[in-house]
Amino acid sequence: MLQALADGILTGSIIALGAIGLTLTMGILRFANFAHAELITWGAYMALGALAITGTFAGPISPFSFGLPLVFATLIAVVLTAALALLIDHLVFRPLRSHTSHMTVVFASFGVSLLVRMVILLIFGGSAAYYSNELQIAIRVMPGLRVMPDHVFTLGLTLAIVVALHLFLQKTRLGLSMRALAENPDLVRINGIDTRVVVRWTWVIGAALAAVSGVLYGLTVQLRPEIGFQLLLPLFAAAILGGVGNVFGAVIGGLIVGLAESLSVLFVPAGYKMAVPFFILLAVLYVRPNGIFGALRGGAK
Amino acid sequence: MSPLLLEIRDVVAGYRPDLPILHGVSLHVGTAEMVTVIGPNGAGKSTLVKSVAGLVPISAGSVAIEGTEVTNLLTHKLATASIAYVPQTANVFTSLTIDENLKLGASTLSKADAGRRIAKAYEDFPALTQYRGQKAKVLSGGQRQMLAVARALLTEPRLLMLDEPSAGLSPLMVSEVFSRLKTLIATGVSILMVEQNVKAALAISDRTYVLAEGRNRIDGDSAKLAGDTEVAAIYLGAGGRKR
Amino acid sequence: MSGYLAYLVFFLIVALTYSIVVMGLNLQWGYTGLFNAGVVGFFAIGAYGTAILTGPDRPELIGGFALPFPAGVVGGMILAALAALLVGLATLRLREEYLAISTFGIAISIQLIGLNFDALTGGAQGLTGIPRPLFSTFGTPGAYNLFYLCLVGTITAIVFAGLQVALQSPWGRLLKAIREDETAAASLGKNPALVRLQAFVLGSTLMGLAGGLYVGFIGYVSPLDFLPLLTFQIWAMLIVGGSGNNRGAIVGAVGVWALWTMSGFAISRLLPVHYQSQGGAIQVIIIGLLIVLTLLFRPRGLIGEAQSVSRHAR
Repeated sequence: MLQALADGILTGSIIALGAIGLTLTMGILRFANFAHAELITWGAYMALGALAITGTFAGPISPFSFGLPLVFATLIAVVLTAALALLIDHLVFRPLRSHTSHMTVVFASFGVSLLVRMVILLIFGGSAAYYSNELQIAIRVMPGLRVMPDHVFTLGLTLAIVVALHLFLQKTRLGLSMRALAENPDLVRINGIDTRVVVRWTWVIGAALAAVSGVLYGLTVQLRPEIGFQLLLPLFAAAILGGVGNVFGAVIGGLIVGLAESLSVLFVPAGYKMAVPFFILLAVLYVRPNGIFGALRGGAK
Repeated sequence: MSPLLLEIRDVVAGYRPDLPILHGVSLHVGTAEMVTVIGPNGAGKSTLVKSVAGLVPISAGSVAIEGTEVTNLLTHKLATASIAYVPQTANVFTSLTIDENLKLGASTLSKADAGRRIAKAYEDFPALTQYRGQKAKVLSGGQRQMLAVARALLTEPRLLMLDEPSAGLSPLMVSEVFSRLKTLIATGVSILMVEQNVKAALAISDRTYVLAEGRNRIDGDSAKLAGDTEVAAIYLGAGGRKR
Repeated sequence: MSGYLAYLVFFLIVALTYSIVVMGLNLQWGYTGLFNAGVVGFFAIGAYGTAILTGPDRPELIGGFALPFPAGVVGGMILAALAALLVGLATLRLREEYLAISTFGIAISIQLIGLNFDALTGGAQGLTGIPRPLFSTFGTPGAYNLFYLCLVGTITAIVFAGLQVALQSPWGRLLKAIREDETAAASLGKNPALVRLQAFVLGSTLMGLAGGLYVGFIGYVSPLDFLPLLTFQIWAMLIVGGSGNNRGAIVGAVGVWALWTMSGFAISRLLPVHYQSQGGAIQVIIIGLLIVLTLLFRPRGLIGEAQSVSRHAR
């Protein structure tokens, strides 16, 4: 039970990071981006590729299974994922936004997610991959609870990122513009701010979070082209549970979804794990569609 | 003679190019002048100021600020054209604090200027000071209007455009808002105001334009128009002298 | 019957079955503007439902009621309708994205049930030995396939005609009115959300029907027949054929399915053996590109339709 809790928190942290990016883009850009989950897969694999190119020029930093090489690879992955997000926005979303209905853009994101996933499959192949072949020793914290140092790192990094993001949104001009954009795009322009710039930065931040989430997933679980597709439902469930546009809500939502998934194996066969986010989602939609903490503008029409 | 502050010539504008709301409207505003635009519902008054602000596309005609053409201006460039715009609804960010609303309005300024001017805004609008750190949604309608105007003035515009500033305000608030606007004129700012409150508009402004169905109908000295029966006729849907 | 002709019959049976799914999707997207991201789920419900109801009784299975084929198909349709109701009601008054996410979720859940609920669905092995309707009446498989083609073709025609009638009816005009201007329709006392729900459930029921027909022909079901890929394939058929247009739905189904099978042949011929799984990815990329490019450059698809200009002109 304790182990399931710990695993759930780990999964929850990864979902939370991805959900933050999703809730930001959903709240500010106002559309459910099905391709966001694939940014996570892309980030994870870009880091893998970067590692392959740079080689392991430094050893792991104990007690973790990774060292400087992965850190650099992650930075590269962040840049490449942001680039992909901006490219997709420029080539697909922006043209469609101005000429067609809202749902067409959502649908296009669905199509784009397929393309990204397949490209990764083509380049890297379909079998599981890992950042390193180092074996980690799980540390026995207490009876019934084994924890890997990498997992603790994941949790710590997630918390650090969340705090940093909060400060960014509250204290910086750009963060303020982003919060304003989520409420009223026209008024933001009337105030003299070029919303296109704010939109681009929103994509960059969302993509960066997705990339980090992907690397952490690859680090603590494994790399497969289906990572994003499998995270899609948990991400949406977490973002909606926490209230769309609400960063803090996305974090809590992510943790809840992770814990629920992890604890569910105590009650139902493990094969059904993936259905848990769906039931959480349905429950939220029936009972409280604005999420626990309230969406920015509400989900109602 | 020096060019007028704002000159709108034969503007045709609308959200869809095949369905224009304005069918060739002309108007001008001089320095330190208050000009009102009135007219029945659907006349296109809001659309007129929105088109100057770049929120509604202009398909024909021109808009010029001091001789420089600014037709179909990008909305976020309003400040560089010395224009500030206060929309009728949703003119403040209710999810942000008063301070944050003002900070946003000062986005185009340097940090030093922004600090100075925001401090001045609190001096000019003391009622806002007590709510500084609170979200704008706690403000009453009149206070929100104050905030919206305070925000607009941060960029020290030469032309302030307002869309129905008296909407939803008590008569007391209306007279307070209007007297504020009057003092602004004295500082050299020009005001272009769309109004539903015909009596107050005519009483306070220098000149007035009457629009109906997307076209000019009458314009002239506000005091003279106040007694003009044509104005009432336009509101009731009857004829009215065409320009 | 010659090899090519036999293959053509087989091909057409599958393509026409899919065209019924596409018409159901068209009702949801083309006429109502609803994004169903879990098409395969409703198709699977219809298929599994029919299989469970018509399959032979086996001790390890809950199902296997050996009901006659039409009853089985209707049962599958009812199940699909119920599933649609479940997600439809949840998202009735919310933005359309929530329906998209929910349908996606239901498709995943159905797939999981298919894989794991061994007693009901046969698990990863699936259910086999589903009786094919009137199979014993025909001498050769070739003759049977021809019969089945006629059956599917007739049902496709009935669905097509039925949809045309429904769309011309007062209900259909109401649907159109809601699409054009929802606020006006609402102010007339109509309930846009309810009408949209009806369209959604009806479309999903059609998908269930197609699932039942599919099972009747193939004779078995397994989770591998209902991968998320099918959702994309159906969508490609709709987008390429021209959404909002039932003729386009059928043309798109046949066309895209032809493209898929031909590209499959080409890839298996041209690619060296150890790249074959990558070959599958190439096929999917073709589908994905087809969708995205059609959206960008020909949003009306191949046949297109006389649709009013989007009122979101800003």
